[in-house]
Amino acid sequence: MNTTAEQSPHQIDVKEFHPRARAALGDPQIRKNFRNAMNGLMSKRTAAFEGWDVETLRDLGANVRMRALANLPDLLEQLEQKLTENGVRVHWAVDADEACRIVRDICVARDAKSVIKGKSMVSEEMELNHYLHEQGIEALESDLGEYIVQLAEETPSHIIMPAIHKNTDEISKLLHEKTGTDLSHDANYLTASARLQMREKFMNADVGVSGVNFAVAETGTLCLVENEGNGRMTTTVPPCHIAVTGIEKVVPNLEDVTALLALLTRSATGQHITTYFNMISGPRKTDELDGPEEVHLVLVDNGRSTIYQDDQLLDTLRCIRCGACMNHCPVYTRVGGHTYGTTYPGPIGKILMPHLIGLDEGRHLPSASSLCGACGEVCPVKIPIPDLLVRLRQEAVDGDRLHPGKVKGHGAKRSSVEAMIWKGWGLMHAKPALYRFGTGIAAKFRKLQPGKIGGWTQYRTAPALAPKTLHQRMKERQQ
Amino acid sequence: MTDPIKFYPPKPEKVYFFGTCLIDLFYPDAGMAGIQLLEREGIEVLYPEDQTCCGQPAFTSGYHDDARAVARSQLDLFPENWPIVVPSGSCGGMMRKHYPGLFKDTPDDVRAAEVAGRVWELTDFLLNVCHIKLKDLGEPATVAMHTSCTARREMGVAAVGPALLSQLQNVELVEQIRAEECCGFGGTFAIRHPEISGAMVSEKVDALVDTGAKDFVTTDCGCLMNIDGFAGKNQKPIKGQHILSFLWQRTDAGSQNSPVNASEKGDKQ
Repeated sequence: MNTTAEQSPHQIDVKEFHPRARAALGDPQIRKNFRNAMNGLMSKRTAAFEGWDVETLRDLGANVRMRALANLPDLLEQLEQKLTENGVRVHWAVDADEACRIVRDICVARDAKSVIKGKSMVSEEMELNHYLHEQGIEALESDLGEYIVQLAEETPSHIIMPAIHKNTDEISKLLHEKTGTDLSHDANYLTASARLQMREKFMNADVGVSGVNFAVAETGTLCLVENEGNGRMTTTVPPCHIAVTGIEKVVPNLEDVTALLALLTRSATGQHITTYFNMISGPRKTDELDGPEEVHLVLVDNGRSTIYQDDQLLDTLRCIRCGACMNHCPVYTRVGGHTYGTTYPGPIGKILMPHLIGLDEGRHLPSASSLCGACGEVCPVKIPIPDLLVRLRQEAVDGDRLHPGKVKGHGAKRSSVEAMIWKGWGLMHAKPALYRFGTGIAAKFRKLQPGKIGGWTQYRTAPALAPKTLHQRMKERQQ
Repeated sequence: MTDPIKFYPPKPEKVYFFGTCLIDLFYPDAGMAGIQLLEREGIEVLYPEDQTCCGQPAFTSGYHDDARAVARSQLDLFPENWPIVVPSGSCGGMMRKHYPGLFKDTPDDVRAAEVAGRVWELTDFLLNVCHIKLKDLGEPATVAMHTSCTARREMGVAAVGPALLSQLQNVELVEQIRAEECCGFGGTFAIRHPEISGAMVSEKVDALVDTGAKDFVTTDCGCLMNIDGFAGKNQKPIKGQHILSFLWQRTDAGSQNSPVNASEKGDKQ
């Protein structure tokens, strides 16, 4: 099987959000795949929290993450020290490019030609597969969803279920075309055939690359949550394991993991516990029979330390990447993950990606929300996603002189026409007499009301102005 | 961290009524219904003449300077310590949840937080402060209800509407699938992302129609305008009303006997 050149996420123009949204909305298969999948995930989550005091648990999760972030610099140093004591080599990458180079250098030093990968969103953020391919190193995804996405030369459409946009039929055809498997609707058969092909890759891989769910500072433990066993294989079979993670994933103590793990699996897939939970504390010791000879951790900043410097935006870094926000998002459910054109789609993507790519490139992200709050309501660590969306909307138009924009590319969405409209609106609504005069005129000449109001009347009738405003009726009443 | 527990005030002699701009212009009947319900509970309703808009449209669009200018002119309207009741979860949520943040670091911060602390969504106020007891005078009817996302998640009143409707003996409340899902209004979202908003409201209307009810009630005029507007344009057999209008009409002897009101209802909504 040949690894195909991966499509770089940046080949997708983020600014083309609208046309992609229209295309997705007009594709009944995409609509059905997402609606069904999200319905299933929502009810699984609800069932998994049954009998639990979910609000208290969410408070606990939020507090664990906030405490960790409050001490982030110290915890990272402690983590580095502990890992080093454990025999893990720690590397720091200021951005995605540096992180890629670090992984390449480790591979080159070992003369490694083939890499097997466990699921890692940070590696997607780095576009690692694409980079390694250009360097002549073959990287194969071993998570089934990621594997499918890689075969299809696509990017993940969901952070937990990368191939959720495809149904069994589409997957069957893809596997048939790319790997010669028989066409089948039997998910077990398809999985088994993919597994068979992967086994050989696992055995021959020179390096395993994985993500990290939680990095525990006090013990120097890297925790990895997974269901397929591919994470265990990736981190134990090849002679070298490289873990890549964002700098925000560190927690102080092992006991912090219990709350976060309970929240993560229930929020993500509605599971009480995943099939595998790996705790990696170092390379193979001399008296041990298996495990990698070398373990590396690459700590990736890539914009996170900038987010960290703002008291409000900091909350973005609480995220434990469960995907519940997208599962419950009415916009994501309608348009699917690829519409966003970003590594992280859905609500978390809308508040995280502007920091990574800038509000100029990602200017449509914060506005693509009805601010319904479903995301914030289910977030296991209580990230106030709607408030952060409003903050980024403000930054996108530089709309607050008291709080000047800080985020890269702020002000890119400001248009002089819209700014003037709001200025006029502000003047009218800040002057009560002018407001009463204007609304009174509008009510009086309501028959002249325009029948078409942009996108509104494309789908709906125009709202009808009442013959008398409430102001007028109350005035009459007092007389 | 968890949403603060609500401490309902004792039933006051007077309240300030903040009518919202949508009700002022498009649904004054709903505002009048709210005022009449409060008056029937023996509460004197103060209607500050200088009220305009809570400032939310500019706020959620990111134009916080303009939102603050508009919101600031509302802060002067409630000088005495009476509760401020709002017939909308959305505008109520703006005032209660977002005014403190909007005025942070300004000379008005204390005043804004004080006003915010007195804001109540009106149905919540009727049920939990007035302890209203409704006597249903209407014919048997089946209705569905859409609770706005802000009423549900910012004001925490998802249980209030159904509780009030359950007091009406001849009214059967039927629930649509995914009742808690957004109708797609989202203020300027409906204009900025018309296709996505259109897809959302289309599914919401289908869900409401599937209940078999011909009428629905809602806490918010934004949702009402959106859902009703879509149903109207696409000839879907469902018609909406603000929950306050519905509650008043079902329980007011004058409304029940007046054929004018019945036809007016159809005309306005």
